Amino acid sequence: MTDKTTIIVHSGDMDKIYSALILGTGSLSMGMDVSLYFTFWGLERLKKGGLEKGPLSKMNMFGLGRWMIKKRMKAAGVEQLQKLMADFRELGGKIIACEMTMEVMRISKADLREDLIDEYGAVGTYVNEARGAQITLFI
Amino acid sequence: MVDITVDCTGKNCPVPLIEMRKAIRKAAKGDVVEITGDHPASKKEIPMAVEALGQELVGVQEAGTKWTIRIRKVKE
Repeated sequence: MTDKTTIIVHSGDMDKIYSALILGTGSLSMGMDVSLYFTFWGLERLKKGGLEKGPLSKMNMFGLGRWMIKKRMKAAGVEQLQKLMADFRELGGKIIACEMTMEVMRISKADLREDLIDEYGAVGTYVNEARGAQITLFI
Repeated sequence: MVDITVDCTGKNCPVPLIEMRKAIRKAAKGDVVEITGDHPASKKEIPMAVEALGQELVGVQEAGTKWTIRIRKVKE
């Protein structure tokens, strides 16, 4: 069986979404299967137009820190989240959206990028994904 | 002989790895993929990925900060 990485994407912060997608695409590139389970603030990033909207987890300074980091990322040749997400999907990465978060945050399927989501599930779905995984992370 | 070339010059982590994986997927069995870049960590990580993917590392060349890696696709 193929090795697998599963990540719970709990944070919606821009830098942490970067971590999740870099680890996800990196694992796929090294021949692993990957599933990302988006829950709580992470699910906000799967809303239509929401992927790039997260604040910086530290030194956001009302968006000033975020702007500066984005500028530096561009200069360093770091790709945008949209591109990493497209690559993640192209390489066969799986995305699961948390149904409980949808209920609590009053998010409907129509609010979400349904084209990116493979499955809607709860804790059992995640555990089933993670029980055979070699790498499991909570971001 | 090179069948597919990919230039990742100026690109940072994890782009060279991703582009390598995409090129290998698109290649036919027996094809040689050549990837060029200047991201230091990728020079050692691409060969690691090639091994993990069960493909053949043909060679790694360096010229200053630039590197060129050739990979033969030996399995689907």
